[in-house]
This record gives sequence, C-alpha cells and structure tokens, in this order.
Amino acid sequence: MSEIEKKQDLSAVEYTDISIGNENAKPFLTQLKGFWVTFAMMFRKVNTVQYPEVKEPTAARFHGRHQLNRHPDGLEKCIGCELCAWACPADAILVEGGHNTDELRYSPGERFGAVYQINYLRCIFCGLCIEACPTRALTMTNEYELADNDRAKLIFEKSDLMAPLQPGMIEAPHPYYPGTDDQDYYHGKVKSSHPSQQNNGQVK
Amino acid sequence: MGIEEKLPSGFLLTSVEKLAGYMRKNSLWPATFGLACCAIEMMAAGAGRYDLARFGMEVFRASPRQADLMIVAGRVSNKMAPVLRQIYDQMAEPKWVIAMGACASSGGMFNNYAIVQGVDHVVPVDIYLPGCPPRPEMLMDAILKLHEQIGNEKLGINREMIVREVEAAALAALPTHQMKGLLA
Repeated sequence: MSEIEKKQDLSAVEYTDISIGNENAKPFLTQLKGFWVTFAMMFRKVNTVQYPEVKEPTAARFHGRHQLNRHPDGLEKCIGCELCAWACPADAILVEGGHNTDELRYSPGERFGAVYQINYLRCIFCGLCIEACPTRALTMTNEYELADNDRAKLIFEKSDLMAPLQPGMIEAPHPYYPGTDDQDYYHGKVKSSHPSQQNNGQVK
Repeated sequence: MGIEEKLPSGFLLTSVEKLAGYMRKNSLWPATFGLACCAIEMMAAGAGRYDLARFGMEVFRASPRQADLMIVAGRVSNKMAPVLRQIYDQMAEPKWVIAMGACASSGGMFNNYAIVQGVDHVVPVDIYLPGCPPRPEMLMDAILKLHEQIGNEKLGINREMIVREVEAAALAALPTHQMKGLLA
C-alpha cells in the first residue's frame, strides 16, 4: 500500500473516541454544568414584547411621523418657506407657499404653507427637516405604524400632518389675537385664543 | 390551494373563504430576501424579543418554493431586479409581497440610475412599509395589516370579479406622468 492509498483508506483512519468511556472526556458534572445554563434559562423572565397588545414606548426622541404645529391660538406655525423641502436628502417634502391676507389668515406674517405633502415612501426619518425649520412648525411624533397598501395613501397631505387642536385653540384661518402682531406670536406673548377670533373674526 | 377555484359559485364559498383566509394568514412563511440594512431589522423581528413565531411565521425559507410571503428588505438595484422577479415567479400561489423600508417602496433617498424606484416596478406589492429602516414593530404592524388583507381575501368567482374590477380601475386611473405633486 502506497502512502497515498493509505490516506484514502478510511478504515485506516483513527477516530478519536468521543463516547462516555473516553478517558479524555470531560467529567459528568462538568458536562451537566453546560446543560444547567440552558435549563436555568427556562425560569428567566420572558424577553418577548407581545407587540400588538403591548406597545413598548419608543425612545422619547424617536423619529416618527411628522407633525405641523400650531401657535397657542390655533394659527399655523408653518410659513411656507420650503427650507424643510430643501434640506430633505430624499426629496420627500413638497411645499407651496401662499399669501396671508387680513381676511384669510393661516399663520402670523406674510406667508403660509398652502400645500404641504410628505411622501413617506421616500422619507428616511433623518430629521434634517426638523433642524431646518425656522419656526419649529415641523416636529416629529413617536407614531410609527404607517404601513399601507397603496402608494398614494402614503403621501400625507397637510390635513394628515396638522397637529390636533388643543383646548383654547381655534382652527385657522382667523385674525390675530386682538392687539397683537406677528412679532408677539414669536415672542410667545399670545397664550390662548380670544372669542373675537372665532368664525374667522366674523360675528355670527 | 386549487380546489376552491373549481367550486361552483355561492356553494359553501363564504365559509371556505373564511377558513382558507384564517389558515393562510396564520401560516405565512416568508422568503429571506434581505438586501440591505432593513434585513437587520427583519432578523431582529424574527429573534426572541419581537418573535415572529407568535404569528406562525418564524421560519424564513431560503427556498422560494416553500415560501408564500416575500419581504423585500432593502434597496433593489437594477441588476438585482431580474433575480427578485425570478424568486417571485418561483414562489407558489398564493403569494404576497411586503416592500419593507423606503428603498424597496420607492427607491428612498437613492433616486439614481442604479436603483429600482420601488419594487412595484418588478412585482406586485401588497403592503408598503415606510421607514429607514423600519423598526421591528413597524414590520410586525405591516405583517398584521397584511394578515387582515389575507383573511378577507375572496376565492373562486368572487376573486375573479375583484381582479377584473381592479384591472378596470387601474386602466381608468390617472397615468403617473399626469399626476401632480409628489406622486409625479
């Protein structure tokens, strides 16, 4: 038998005996120690979060769905400057500005966001739009359940993104709080709405 | 399944539909189609903390013949697109697709020549899931929404009628190049 044939002959291969009778095997107790780790895991607290029933709160500053905020009297904070759209690396935001008039006022100052769309199919939730926003009109909520079955449904319009009305707020458009101008809004002097602002300033 | 396609319409169909829907939605087997970072979140969803096994779908099948849900997790390059389509074609009916993450749904921030701008250019998508990457809860939310869809799926003649309606609606819909705003 040549050297090569000897190597190929499987019967000549010496197997290391791994059975219990093996002198080199670990002692029984040492083996048991290994199994014990597995066994003890059964009594640990279960790590699984029962998601649809139990919803663990996200981190406080988790980047979720956007929100367009309001001033304390309900006027919109967005001034339609498009800085968020310019900052967006994915081109997910579309803004078209509109002019405020004294009869139809949506936000303090000259301009407001007439069209505001965020395409959640493109959005990467990086938060650059929030950093770019000069009036803190755009912020992010912790809401993350956004999946849907249609592309068009995932383009959120302004009405989907607007913050809900808090107590003391009146839906825009309506005139300024009596005796204030846009500067007072930014200095935080307007704390709540005034009855004269209801129904867009028209007395019923 | 097959047998339900041959049943006469109206005969037992609603109960069969309900039963089939219940069974289908609770035994979805996803094909592994992790392409990028979303795959990490998909794996996390399969692991102990989020545990997809609770919905009867912990086995990520490497073989498309044993899978009926394709979770496209990550960006699809033009070179990957035919592969993706082939995997989809190899999967047995009925089959569903989740476009996981911004890149699979629409191309995301990679609006360039190399990336397919949404897997719906290649395969029909049932659920779009935004996020970059979506957290495991978001994936599970998408899966549960898909479950709901599957549970209410029609069979036989009803299904054919729905397919025809959907096709008619698609033909009547506004073409993409005429759309305004972000849909364009």
